[in-house]
Amino acid sequence: MVIPFKEILNSGKFIVTSEIAPPKGTNLDNTIHHIDLLKDKVDALNATDNQSSVMRYPSLGLCLLIKEHGGEPILQMTCRDRNRMALESDLLFAYSRGIENVLCLTGDSMVVGDHKGAKQVFDLESVQLLRAIRLMESGEDLGGNELDGVVEFCAGAIVTPEAHPVEPQLLKFKKKVAAGAEFFQTQAVYDLDNFRKFMEYAIPLNTKVLAGIVLLTSARMARFMTANLPGIFVPDNLIDEIAGAEKGMALQTGIEIAGRMIKTIQEESICDGVHIMAIGREDRVPDILAAAGL
Amino acid sequence: MISVTEYKPQEEVLEFLEKCQSVYIIGCGSCTTITHTGGKAEVLKMKESLAETGKEITGWMVIPTACDELAKDALKEAGDEIQSADCLLIMTCAFGVQNIAMFTGKPVFPALNTIFIGKEQTTPGLFSEVCRQCGDCVLAWTGGICPVVSCSKGLLNGPCGGTDEGKCEVDSDKDCAWTMIYNRLKDQGRLDLFDKEQPPKHYQSGTRPGKITIQ
Ligand code: SF4
Ligand code: SF4
Repeated sequence: MVIPFKEILNSGKFIVTSEIAPPKGTNLDNTIHHIDLLKDKVDALNATDNQSSVMRYPSLGLCLLIKEHGGEPILQMTCRDRNRMALESDLLFAYSRGIENVLCLTGDSMVVGDHKGAKQVFDLESVQLLRAIRLMESGEDLGGNELDGVVEFCAGAIVTPEAHPVEPQLLKFKKKVAAGAEFFQTQAVYDLDNFRKFMEYAIPLNTKVLAGIVLLTSARMARFMTANLPGIFVPDNLIDEIAGAEKGMALQTGIEIAGRMIKTIQEESICDGVHIMAIGREDRVPDILAAAGL
Repeated sequence: MISVTEYKPQEEVLEFLEKCQSVYIIGCGSCTTITHTGGKAEVLKMKESLAETGKEITGWMVIPTACDELAKDALKEAGDEIQSADCLLIMTCAFGVQNIAMFTGKPVFPALNTIFIGKEQTTPGLFSEVCRQCGDCVLAWTGGICPVVSCSKGLLNGPCGGTDEGKCEVDSDKDCAWTMIYNRLKDQGRLDLFDKEQPPKHYQSGTRPGKITIQ
């Protein structure tokens, strides 16, 4: 029996979520394999939404697939590709089909993806999408019209604890809580001291925080992310640890690092849980969980 | 304020001129002169390069301000040369192109793309887009910096997660609008404005296309 994510959130247990990337095309074999592999090992599975502005199978479709296969989906929704009308109508559809969790994202810019000439929408953004969900729950849409049958969602959002400067991000974080976010999955964190500082700010806001754990697959990837991806910082000691791994053992070391971090976060109750992103290596998520002793 | 333009690729210009044997060229003494895309020098250069492709150039002119009413008189003076051409190649911004199309009734082809209305900045020669005339101005809440234009996503409630060291995720040379807004409001001791939740924008406020009669 699948336990609703909202119940898990409020259960006080250490929460573990992960994500599934839909295919670029209609071949669902690998995706289904990943769902089957992970659905009983984590509390919920995020379905990414044209992530990094790369066109893929839709997150709504992936959520249905996760449900069909006995998992608890979290619908990722970005504001890049749909205006408020399309977002609202997709929310109606999602709710009617038993999708109860939504992660509200602004979305990456169109130009970073594979449809560079496409029109980006951003009619709403994350804060406004959260607010729209709460409004629809009260029986009204954004046009001020009454709904015949309302929605009810467990709505979440994201936050980037390692952003530089971090202050504007924290103010937006607070706004997201005020707009109705019940949980947060963070961008990747590697430096737990920095993360502890972030949590000092987050705890009084009284929301659930799942620390983003992105699997490091090589020293090169770790260096690349630190140098090129905003809000991601891999400390030197971790890079050295992977670089120093025996030939062919870099991925294994990355799995151990992720497991160790999860363990520390849980043992020290730094936050409410973790969100594991194994970008392209979803098959190794069970190994990360094992390394964490979960 | 100037209308900022850039050249269309020459192949595109030649493609739409394909059926025109004779061409009259029109530049503008205002904005496209400043941007060096449609002043006298550029018009003469265009004349030369079109002549090289075998076109007959019936004449050329640089209208002092192609987008205003007086353009009509300037066009009238060159009436014969204009009327004898198959088409007009316009090196003004799109405002001028539309004005000239209306006044002459001839087929008009823009040689330029109009890319934004630019505000002159303190650095000489630097013009930047600061307003897109959205009809629902939010500058009161954002320290006088426009997020509709300056933020790549037009966000109204703070920065996205792609901002890094004050730069934007789409281009590390571009300042992140929301970092600038944060800094300005902080300097002014008005960070409480940042906390105000902005509702979705009203995208249909005012009529489009905009129209007004001033009494
Ligand atoms: S919000 Fe920006 S685009 Fe809209 S009127 Fe104000 S300055 Fe112009
Ligand atoms: S980085 Fe800043 S300017 Fe760029 S899209 Fe994000 S908030 Fe807007």
